[in-house]
Amino acid sequence: MYRLTDVTKDYPKGRGVVHALRGVNVVIEDGDWLAIQGPTGHGKSTLLQILGALDRPTSGTVELDGQDLTGLRESQLTKVRATSIGFIFQTFNLIPTLSAQENVEAALVPLGVGAGPRKERARLALAELGLDDRARHLPSELSGGQQQRVAIARALVKKPAVLLADEPTGNLDEGTRDEIMTLLEDLWRDRGLTLVTVTHDSSVARRAQQTAIMRNGLLTIRDSAPARHLRA
Amino acid sequence: MFITYLLRELRRRMRQAIFIAAGLALGVGLVITVTAASDGVSATQGTVLRSLYGVGTDVTVTQSPTAGSGGGTRFNFGGGPPGQQNAGTSFSRDILAGGGMGTIKSSSVTTVSGLKDVSGAAGALVLNDVKLSGTVPAGGGQPGGQGGSGSGSINSSSFTVTGVDPAHDALGPLSSGTVTSGHNITTAESDSNVAVVDSNYAKAQNLKVGSSVTVAGKTFGVIGIVQAAQGGSSANVYIPLARAQALANMPSEVNTIYVSAASAADISAVSSEISRALPSATVTTSSNLASEVTGSLSSASTLANSLGKWLAVAVLAAAFGLASILTMSAVSRRVREFGTLKAMGWRSRRIIRQIMGEALVIGIAGGAAGVAIGYGAAALVDALAPPLTATTATTASAAGGPGGRFARPATSAAHTVSVHLTAPVTLGAVALAVVLAIAGGLIAGSLGGWRAVRLRPAAALARVE
Repeated sequence: MYRLTDVTKDYPKGRGVVHALRGVNVVIEDGDWLAIQGPTGHGKSTLLQILGALDRPTSGTVELDGQDLTGLRESQLTKVRATSIGFIFQTFNLIPTLSAQENVEAALVPLGVGAGPRKERARLALAELGLDDRARHLPSELSGGQQQRVAIARALVKKPAVLLADEPTGNLDEGTRDEIMTLLEDLWRDRGLTLVTVTHDSSVARRAQQTAIMRNGLLTIRDSAPARHLRA
Repeated sequence: MFITYLLRELRRRMRQAIFIAAGLALGVGLVITVTAASDGVSATQGTVLRSLYGVGTDVTVTQSPTAGSGGGTRFNFGGGPPGQQNAGTSFSRDILAGGGMGTIKSSSVTTVSGLKDVSGAAGALVLNDVKLSGTVPAGGGQPGGQGGSGSGSINSSSFTVTGVDPAHDALGPLSSGTVTSGHNITTAESDSNVAVVDSNYAKAQNLKVGSSVTVAGKTFGVIGIVQAAQGGSSANVYIPLARAQALANMPSEVNTIYVSAASAADISAVSSEISRALPSATVTTSSNLASEVTGSLSSASTLANSLGKWLAVAVLAAAFGLASILTMSAVSRRVREFGTLKAMGWRSRRIIRQIMGEALVIGIAGGAAGVAIGYGAAALVDALAPPLTATTATTASAAGGPGGRFARPATSAAHTVSVHLTAPVTLGAVALAVVLAIAGGLIAGSLGGWRAVRLRPAAALARVE
């Protein structure tokens, strides 16, 4: 469970300061799916990075399962990222020189998983996403949808509790978008993930259990999703 | 994963990797070539100096001639007082003279050999044998003096004779030569009229073992032919020291003392000790002599040790700089990649290790190529380098003395030899080059890693490529 209390984030810009977050208070329960919408430059991605222990807030506290991330050393944050949090990016961010399987394996390297089990787990993760025949392909040899599925496999192979997705369908056509979102929705439901997505796309946001609007650095929870999306 | 990732990344930017490796290879190759050429020049200089001094000789002691003592050899013609011979009188003289070098008492050899840090000392008498024959020119005179006027028929010839101490044949002028025929002078022959002849002189004079040569009017049997070392300054004829002293009327005198120090580190101390014991003597060490070597060998030495060294350092520094800049540039292009790895929980040191591994492989490849370039360039130097000349001042210059028409200022004021430059590549040079290449790779990798580790993952992911 995430608990954010009075979280602010300021960036120096020139001689001034940009207040990216102006006091965010939110609780995201385990297994919740929160979709965050809002105009560009109003703090959505900043909030996602703070949730993902990629950045530290200027003030406030960020608790993940009762542990205040703001008080952890960099090495401890690295460990949290390695074990508990999976990321999906708009531009997929696959390592271009590694094959699909090796990209997935890369997520297990920080956990010290041996080469044999690593390969096997990566193979299974890709197979689960229907990519077993693309395991040896480089990212450049895959379509956008396939690349994002590899990215999802990479994010989930370490079995994280939290999945953070920054515009996961932003680079995909409409058909692929729906395919990926259905996949994410199934994974969220089947694995009991805590899922936070940042999106401009309302059709994507509508699938979430909860939606929120980020405007001028302030987060406002809007509504809950239809019952059909709630976990049984 | 480490190796796979490393090799794939290098393959992706192969052109850049080759470019960096080529830069390092050039620098490393230059270091090897310059080191080899420098070693070759040093070895050649050593050969020249050893042949001048003699193997095992560290210091030579000579004496500058005092005013009036040196200069030319005087010849008297006929039976009357000088200047009173009749014109047209036939004459023939064969004189052995010091030829302008100052003399040192033989007892000084004992003095020097008894000094601390001295392991051995041998005296030698470097002389000229001058033969004159013909008729006294009109107006008489003394050819060795201020000269006369008029005409006459005079033939002259000379050759160098060195009296050597057979008791110390490991030191002195004969020690660096090789006896190619016959044998060297033995202690049993110290008072005999025996001679060892330089191979070039023997060839020119058609001499061989069993032949005879006339020194100061005395017949000496040739017992050996000696070939001087490359670049050596040899006398034409070597005879026992005692016989040379007797014939030159220089009893108990030498004009060169060859000294060996107990160890190379003692040469400077030995030099000082001799200067104290023989204040008026000129003490010359091999380093003194090296500084007197002129000619293209000296230029090559300067070139290899100064320009070559700095050129190698400059190219190597440029290669290091280039490798560092290109590695940092490559890291900059991969910020999103490293940000992603950090987001996945990769520790900074694992990312640094990855970057340094890539740089190290490039460094090793550059080093290997550099060694090949170095060997090739050294072989080219061996094959194509023109002969070098070394000019050395071999004895003290003459001073004083009125001189004369037939006077010789010194035994040999300068000696020029032609030597072939080699560029031997040593294992030490190869090891140095490989270490430099690896160091270059590690420096570049460290800078790249430093840049990568400074990236905040959030900032790296926010960077739009």
